Amino acid sequence: MRATTERLRTHPFLAGLDEESLERIATISTVVALDAKTWLFREGDPADRCWLIRSGRVNLDVHLPGRGEVIVESLGAGAVLGWSWLFPPYRWHFDAVVVEPTSAIEVDGIQLRALCQTDPKLGYRLGQMFTAVLIERLQATRLRLLDLYGPPR
Amino acid sequence: MTMTPARYLVVDRLAETADTVTLTLEPVDRPLPVFRPGQFAMLYAFGVGEVPISISGRSGAGGLIHTLRAVGAVTRALAAVQPGAIIGVRGPFGTPWDLPAPPGSEVALVAGGIGLAPLRPVIHHLIAHRRRYRRAVVLIGARTPDDLLYPDEFDTWRAGGVDVHVTVDRADAGWPDHVGVVTTLLDRCITNPGQVAAYLCGPEVMMRLTARALIDRGVAAAAIRVSLERNMRCGIGHCGHCQLGPLLLCRDGPVVGYPVAAPLLAVREL
Amino acid sequence: MTTVGDVPAPAARVLADLAGLVEALRADDRIVVGPTVRDGAIVLAELASAAELPYGWGVELDAGHYRLRPVDQRLAFANSAGPQSWKAQLHPPRQLLMSARRTPDDGFVVDDTPPAPSRLAFLGVRPCDLRAIGILDQVLGSGRRYAERRADVLIIAVNCTEPGAACFCVSAGGGPAAEAGHDLVLTERADGRLLAEAGTTAGGGLLARLPGQEATAGDLAEGRDTVGAAANRMGRTLPPGDLRALLVDQVDSAHWNEVANRCLTCGNCTMVCPTCFCTTVSDTTDVTGEHAQRWEHWDSCFDRDFSFLHGGPVRPGGASRYRQWLSHKLGTWHDQFGQSGCVGCGRCVVWCPVGIDLTAELAALTATSRSGSTDPEVSDAGND
Repeated sequence: MRATTERLRTHPFLAGLDEESLERIATISTVVALDAKTWLFREGDPADRCWLIRSGRVNLDVHLPGRGEVIVESLGAGAVLGWSWLFPPYRWHFDAVVVEPTSAIEVDGIQLRALCQTDPKLGYRLGQMFTAVLIERLQATRLRLLDLYGPPR
Repeated sequence: MTMTPARYLVVDRLAETADTVTLTLEPVDRPLPVFRPGQFAMLYAFGVGEVPISISGRSGAGGLIHTLRAVGAVTRALAAVQPGAIIGVRGPFGTPWDLPAPPGSEVALVAGGIGLAPLRPVIHHLIAHRRRYRRAVVLIGARTPDDLLYPDEFDTWRAGGVDVHVTVDRADAGWPDHVGVVTTLLDRCITNPGQVAAYLCGPEVMMRLTARALIDRGVAAAAIRVSLERNMRCGIGHCGHCQLGPLLLCRDGPVVGYPVAAPLLAVREL
Repeated sequence: MTTVGDVPAPAARVLADLAGLVEALRADDRIVVGPTVRDGAIVLAELASAAELPYGWGVELDAGHYRLRPVDQRLAFANSAGPQSWKAQLHPPRQLLMSARRTPDDGFVVDDTPPAPSRLAFLGVRPCDLRAIGILDQVLGSGRRYAERRADVLIIAVNCTEPGAACFCVSAGGGPAAEAGHDLVLTERADGRLLAEAGTTAGGGLLARLPGQEATAGDLAEGRDTVGAAANRMGRTLPPGDLRALLVDQVDSAHWNEVANRCLTCGNCTMVCPTCFCTTVSDTTDVTGEHAQRWEHWDSCFDRDFSFLHGGPVRPGGASRYRQWLSHKLGTWHDQFGQSGCVGCGRCVVWCPVGIDLTAELAALTATSRSGSTDPEVSDAGND
């Protein structure tokens, strides 16, 4: 089902975006209902979409030989999933599996890239928004790197 | 305020994780005064030494429950004691979690790693007085699912009206809960920032960042409490080791209001 | 004839010497601790007679410098603080807190009986050290062992008429005259005789048993004048202003790194300081593991392991350790105990092997604070 600007406006990731931009993104978005245990994407697959999660949960994981799948991150309501479509080689770096029944807005990544090229203002704005998310994830990941709950050295 | 330990009998020992145990203790002689949530004891392993360990619960009349992690000579010795052994206990020491929280509060506990141990008695309080509070939430962060403390109690806590949310730093597939830092769960426990009463316990960095995240979401600094630690030798304010700036953490802590703690935690090597 | 307890004892006497005083104290079964010369310094030791006092010895002091020098043979107190203070008597460097032994039921029994304290007399307590004893009373007084040791100590203070080069008691909130806490106070005169004034009923009672004339108003006035004049001849001074606020304000000053370039973190200052009280506790067993002891001994915040937490020290470097010591002594001591921890005795300055002078360090911090910069290079620091 095509996403409406109403649905987009209420998602935390797009909060603050102007109406006109919301309308244009709405034309390349659909609301999807994802069943649990569905693979959204696999490592190495072409990356051409992103999802604005409205409810539910998706896990990013990676397959380690001899160990199986290891969960790297959980993303729930309000999160944006997927940015490998932003830069070459446009391939997914992890697997994504739906853990709970999830409602999300799926945005066509290729068309979104095209939109940004023809409208630099929108491109800049979206770039800023994605960067903010990236920074937050990076800081959280660095925190986990510290292994603060591990035994003292 | 004595330096002489009272004798306590180990009546139960539960291995929580590979390096953490929970001991249930009963007094051999006269029981010590009641330990309030947030306070700590100095636990003595005969001939090895003493360490400060927060209270994790009470057992019957006068019994104590302590969860401790084996990280040094004393804690390794304590973690190895079996039921029937006698250890030494001094206490209670320190400032407790300030309870009860104001009526109608959204009480949020955020626990990182072994930090859940000093918060466990607060959970018991929340269950006993659930109707006083609008919400009661505990966010638990751990390294991996194998490192979780008290996992068998989570459902009991939920049945008591406490929302329990768990996240780990990493997990194998099949882990049904969240993976990520504990601050990513904060939005689940704050519906009304002005009514939040927050109690944080865990590594210092985790408490600092969690407090900041709470404040960013509109929670007043004065509504946040943290549990701090420093080297302790006596527990009675005489040895000077546990200083953090003007605070003697055995006497002015370990529970400290965030407005007081924040500037002290911001100074390197204080 | 005056009777102790019935009629008020004389408030002041002039004594020819201290022989009678020491004899009277020993007759009371008191161990008399006082200054004496040993190994090139004036140290505190048990005295068998007044002759053991440091008659004829003065001191030459500066930062990192201490020498005895001869003075008038009649004078026993023409010297200032040696390397020890009275804290070693009240708060011993090592004490056994408890013994324990294993019992067959996988348990143990504990014996924490403290040794019966000796009845002590402190002879020659300087006003700075008297204040220091008061500070220790406040910090440690709630401890059973300290309280028992402290309960029956007779204190004979000695006013200062000749401040040492390292002294700064006045700017530290005290002065060369004993104010409170003493049973008797002596003021040594140029001819070697001593004005002795009672501070308590016990002191008055002791005074009544000693040979000597009653002090005249002139004697008292002369004593007060000499001591009062000493207040103007202090060798050093703390900078004026709120030092507690200064130390909070300068917590990130680059000056701490500058001190760290000189400070050896040897901890001498904490050992000689009359108010440093930090201790550590060690639990040990014998070879069989059946008998355990708990010992308490002096510790120093300069020790690298003092702040050990989660695998390493919180204060690994010298800068943060020096900052901790100075900020505690002159700053957070106020928060913890309601007053400054420094009495201006100057021992830390004298006994620092590299001559670090905390009055100069505080002056430097004051200067950088005034210039609004944390960089000492930018400040308009004056030269002392």
